[in-house]
Amino acid sequence: MNKIFVINEAGTQAQAHTIVASLKHLQGALLPILHAIQEQFGYVPPETVRIIADELNLSRAEVHGVISYYHHFRDHPLGQHVIQVCMAESCQAMGADALKKHIEERVGCGLGQTNANGTVSLEPVYCLGLCAQSPAIQINGDLHAKLTPEKFDAQLADCLGELQ
Amino acid sequence: MTTTIFVPRDSAALAVGANAVVKAIQAQASLQGADIKIVRNGSRGMLWMEPLVEVETSSGRVGYAQVSADQIPSLFAAGFLTGGKHVTSVGLVEELDYLKKQERLTFARCGLTDPVSISDYQSHFGYAGATRALEMTPESIVAEVTESGLRGRGGAAFPTGIKWKTVLGAVAEQKYIVCNADEGDSGTFADRMIMEGDPHLLIEGMLIAGLAVGATRGFIYVRSEYPHACTILQEAIREANLAGFLGSSIRGTDRSFDLEVRMAAGSYVCGEETALLESLEGRRGIVRAKPPLPAIEGLFGKPTVINNVLSLAAVPTILAQGAAFYKSYGMGRSRGTLPFQLAGNLQRGGLVEKAFGVTLRELLFDFGGGTASGKKMKAVQVGGPLGAYIPEALWDTPMDYESFTAIGGVLGHGGLVAFDETVDMSAMAKYAMEFCALESCGKCTPCRIGSTRGAEVIAKIQNGDASQMHEHLLRDLCDTMLNGSLCAMGSMTPIPVLSALNHYPNDFKPLPLKKPTPSLGETHESA
Repeated sequence: MNKIFVINEAGTQAQAHTIVASLKHLQGALLPILHAIQEQFGYVPPETVRIIADELNLSRAEVHGVISYYHHFRDHPLGQHVIQVCMAESCQAMGADALKKHIEERVGCGLGQTNANGTVSLEPVYCLGLCAQSPAIQINGDLHAKLTPEKFDAQLADCLGELQ
Repeated sequence: MTTTIFVPRDSAALAVGANAVVKAIQAQASLQGADIKIVRNGSRGMLWMEPLVEVETSSGRVGYAQVSADQIPSLFAAGFLTGGKHVTSVGLVEELDYLKKQERLTFARCGLTDPVSISDYQSHFGYAGATRALEMTPESIVAEVTESGLRGRGGAAFPTGIKWKTVLGAVAEQKYIVCNADEGDSGTFADRMIMEGDPHLLIEGMLIAGLAVGATRGFIYVRSEYPHACTILQEAIREANLAGFLGSSIRGTDRSFDLEVRMAAGSYVCGEETALLESLEGRRGIVRAKPPLPAIEGLFGKPTVINNVLSLAAVPTILAQGAAFYKSYGMGRSRGTLPFQLAGNLQRGGLVEKAFGVTLRELLFDFGGGTASGKKMKAVQVGGPLGAYIPEALWDTPMDYESFTAIGGVLGHGGLVAFDETVDMSAMAKYAMEFCALESCGKCTPCRIGSTRGAEVIAKIQNGDASQMHEHLLRDLCDTMLNGSLCAMGSMTPIPVLSALNHYPNDFKPLPLKKPTPSLGETHESA
């Protein structure tokens, strides 16, 4: 299950300071820092941008530019569970389009959205490297290959059951 | 006596329940008091068989395929610890045709060993190439790699030795080795399998590259979609440091080489070498104009060797067994072997390493077993999202760089994605444009704007809206992208589009009641 963060802004900033201080010595430190911050908070909170910029001697625009450029980084939290659905060619050859429709219907939102009660976010992904066992998805970081609608329903029930 | 059981830790096995299988085996063994040792090996590459559990017996390693956790009690009952028969039995793994018919140089060890164990690696001829390289001059290492005929396995097929020679000749106080492990092409997973199944091979290849050009630092840029590969690489790097194959005074010499894993962040274009360098430096992954070449001014402005995982992973074999040995495989100007990746709609998808010259048909049918759906195979995309869709008439083309160029295709990273007859090729052409629009770095106009216009024009053709005029427009647009883009993202997107249009013209003829295809770009703001 995805992390849920109830933390005040000062707490966020203190943690961000610690992370930045521990990694800023690296050559090309920005990506490692953003990964560590997203790992900690589930997203890159906007209030951490100034800290990163100050510590790395960059402008806030440069840091924001990097966050917004990469698909992996996000500036807002996602739902409690994150499901990534592979939509690349190999999965398409094995029915990813139909599977995507099924998943969207079950979850109640489209790819790139979070459902109304905030339990699940759906994201497209372009290749999980499981192309010989398509179609593939990833649920909260766990890989699932040779997926069928039935197997998906079982996985989703597991996730949602965990919330109750 | 302890029985050794192998259950892969490769992502492909984890994705079909390998960890649950391990837990079930441990539970059953302790219930029965059986003395077992479980090794988490890499994958053999017969991916339809995963999880493939192997048991070490006196006659060899016996395999059990597609094992699920609930089958473990019955496997124990069938005496699988001594190789007993079970519905999942596949017999001696090494005797399987799929493996026996391959020519595995790069993947010789993958699936055999514990990926992280340096002693396992060394007992299977690991670090023999690096040991030899430590006794050679940089010039003679470069000469050996040049002589082998090795060409860049990432897709561009540039001679590796020539690239290294340029970096060797550049004068600088710091040089770098960068491994491009941003394996974003759909239909490819060979880099991932090496990183997860035989990471020391990549480490050794990078060390040899460092010795060859005088670089003392290396980075492996791994895509964020491959967290398991990152973890295993980091474990292996730790082992290599402890054993003195990385760090300072390597194996008692005055040479040093430090290696670091860096995680990418989900940008496809960062697989392009200059965008990758920008990203490693901590910026947006925007393509750089060349020249200067990365070999002269690369990472942090310093001379840099940037090679694909498979190029670097081929080097230890070349150094250990000699250039002549490696060169004896292959055809024409494509020397050595290529690990092909069989993917999409195939019965037996997986990794097949063969010398250049094998035909597409052999790979698709002799190895791949035809479509998984049982329907007629219609198209095969070779070389990733920027590769051509190849129709049946061309499936006897030998797989080598020049033959593929001659038919308007590319070998790329050796990925094959098969489609059955239900595929609509105009939809695939539109997807190619949409993918380019999504992933374009935005630096050059043909790629940034051409891709969006391209998807729109294909949609108009699909809807039967003055299609002849629009086909003309599409071809004109492809010509602009092909000749006017800064990097392969924009200049190669026309390859899948035009191959679909040229080989499957019927799919571009409007049907009276055909529904418009859904657009990839239809993502919405999160709630």
